[in-house]
Amino acid sequence: MKFLHEYRQRNDIERIAREIARTTTRPWTIMEVCGGQTHAIVKYGLQQFLPTQIALVHGPGCPVCVTPLEIIDQALAIAARPDVIFCSFGDMLRVPGSKRDLLAVKAQGGDVRMVYSPLHALEIARQNPTRKVVFFAIGFETTAPANAMAAFLAREQGLQNFSLLVSQFLVPPAIAAVSGAADTRVQGYLAAGHVCVVTGYAQYHALADTFRVPIVVTGFEPLDILQGILMCVRQLERGEHRVQNQYARAVARAGNQRAQDMLQQVFEVASQSWRGVGEIPASGLRLRAEFSRLDAGNIFARERSVTRDDSGCISGEIMQGRKKPADCPHFAGRCQPGHPWCPRKAPAPPITATATRSPPVMKSSHEY
Amino acid sequence: MNIECPLPAETEETIRLGHGSGGALSQHLFQNYIYPHIKNPWLDQMHDAAVLPVSGARLVFTTDSFVVSPLFFPGGNIGELAVFGTVNDLAMSGARPLYLSCSLILEEGFPLNTLATIMASMGRAAAQSGVQLVTGDTKVVERGKGDGLYINTAGVGVLEREWQIGPASIRAGDRILLSGDIGRHGMAVMASREGLAFETELQSDCAPLHAPVRDLLQAGIRVHCLRDLTRGGLATALVELSQTSSTSFVIEESAVPVSEPVEGACELLGLDPLYVANEGRFAVFVAPEQEQPALEILRRHTVSAASRTIGQVCTSGRPEVILRNLLGCERLLDLLPGEQLPRIC
Repeated sequence: MKFLHEYRQRNDIERIAREIARTTTRPWTIMEVCGGQTHAIVKYGLQQFLPTQIALVHGPGCPVCVTPLEIIDQALAIAARPDVIFCSFGDMLRVPGSKRDLLAVKAQGGDVRMVYSPLHALEIARQNPTRKVVFFAIGFETTAPANAMAAFLAREQGLQNFSLLVSQFLVPPAIAAVSGAADTRVQGYLAAGHVCVVTGYAQYHALADTFRVPIVVTGFEPLDILQGILMCVRQLERGEHRVQNQYARAVARAGNQRAQDMLQQVFEVASQSWRGVGEIPASGLRLRAEFSRLDAGNIFARERSVTRDDSGCISGEIMQGRKKPADCPHFAGRCQPGHPWCPRKAPAPPITATATRSPPVMKSSHEY
Repeated sequence: MNIECPLPAETEETIRLGHGSGGALSQHLFQNYIYPHIKNPWLDQMHDAAVLPVSGARLVFTTDSFVVSPLFFPGGNIGELAVFGTVNDLAMSGARPLYLSCSLILEEGFPLNTLATIMASMGRAAAQSGVQLVTGDTKVVERGKGDGLYINTAGVGVLEREWQIGPASIRAGDRILLSGDIGRHGMAVMASREGLAFETELQSDCAPLHAPVRDLLQAGIRVHCLRDLTRGGLATALVELSQTSSTSFVIEESAVPVSEPVEGACELLGLDPLYVANEGRFAVFVAPEQEQPALEILRRHTVSAASRTIGQVCTSGRPEVILRNLLGCERLLDLLPGEQLPRIC
């Protein structure tokens, strides 16, 4: 298949791997920021093409992993209401709150629907005028424009029964938080290519300068990732800290201006809580005041959760590059993809981000 | 830091959609809630159909229920599926399919002309498969308590050869043949159900498989095991066979054909075609010396024209399925916990 198979050829990958091995003279720790990159690394076994001095650590760029427990609990409570149709992306359905997940809510009678786009949720709202349709608007800068478009169209079309439960994250503040931590091990970054398709990478220059780390905007195919690593290692070996764009076939420096305009029209930057990490200032998006009528977080304020994620879960440390999934003593033991496990207080059936069932960091590691 | 945690309380375990996925949840349901109450030597064969000795003959008996939504999808409808699915389960035991039953569960308000269209499809599918629908039942449930139409079919066939075709006959060294490209049915139904528009229309592979199986056996190919790939896809079928036969398989990912429309749709949605449903594909286990003759016979039939060898059974090791990927790396295939969900990241 065009634009895929070219980036999965063994000969090319081995050629880049040899180049990485030739370039590397000492140990380096590189974080792949995006969950999609993590998935490709474990699926294709890319670590085995790297010299032992190169350590890859999984970054925080996975919306499913970082959506905070209190938002998930609120989502579950909203979804359980008989007057609500709750719409979500597929892989959010299995992410557990403190007691259950959206699939369990569905099994118990909640009208939970998997959608592929927020615009599909909008269509459901149009078709069901007597029901309240709530879309779980999660994600990074990648999903934000489409989510913003749904809010924009809902207002434009005067849809009274549509709202968004927003949990939107921004990548650069997360990189700043990881880099700024006193005990950070991360020396270079593979920035998330799809995020940069929207945002471009102009704002990464300040990060590279401030924290003196190379940042390489990187794609998602095996060849992309190895090439991103090579570009990163070359900089590290030379003591450089620049922003480079490996994913030039998709990413322009200024990004997608129309998507950014839509995003800014609907959302504003706000403080955001990250699961397993905590509050990071100016690291998320919330609906602007003129869209507050669409804010499910307020409309369903009674469903707001007071849950505190005090589980001692190590997922935050995994996503900040301090630990690996296998560092959790339950990984692949009591914690299995079909029966996730996590350190939560009884009697709550489990899971935070260490669970293999949901958050893809652990799930990817487990499956492959 | 103390990260010990108490056992999650499974207080309200109820049926979830994942229990019907054919993956680990389905297995859990069967092993814990069904099997212990009804176990017997015939059920222990753990194959698509039970082989039953009756008055000197060996009858093969199977059943399947069809709840597909939408009822009509590109490449077929629920009626064809209900006939072919049961015919294929019989064929996978090496049997000649003979007679089927047909139970209809109809929802109040279901259009009768739609039913007529589906029944006409069933009639044609039965004729194509060389079987007859000889008994049946109709029930009607209140509006809102069914999804228009559910169909159950049971089937009887007869085994005309001595040896046993099933997981227990799988031997180290066996070649694993696959009858064609994978993932068509699952993606066609998903695209149709979710209103996903792709540039190329995805067509279900829904088809009867008795003819290539019959020809293999008539030609004297000593087939060790057959398995049609249904829900859960190729990966689930192989993992189940590996577990039941206590053997390990190595599969070459590059040998597993996936059509471009299916691959594209799977890439877009973050799905693995190895786990996507099929309704007209099957795997064949044969000894190495019969690999080429078997492939030649399979390739004479339209339904299995693209047959090829995708892997083999290993000499030793744990029951596991190893997938050697395009880059030469190996990974284990496992049962999915439940439904395969599209990924956002």
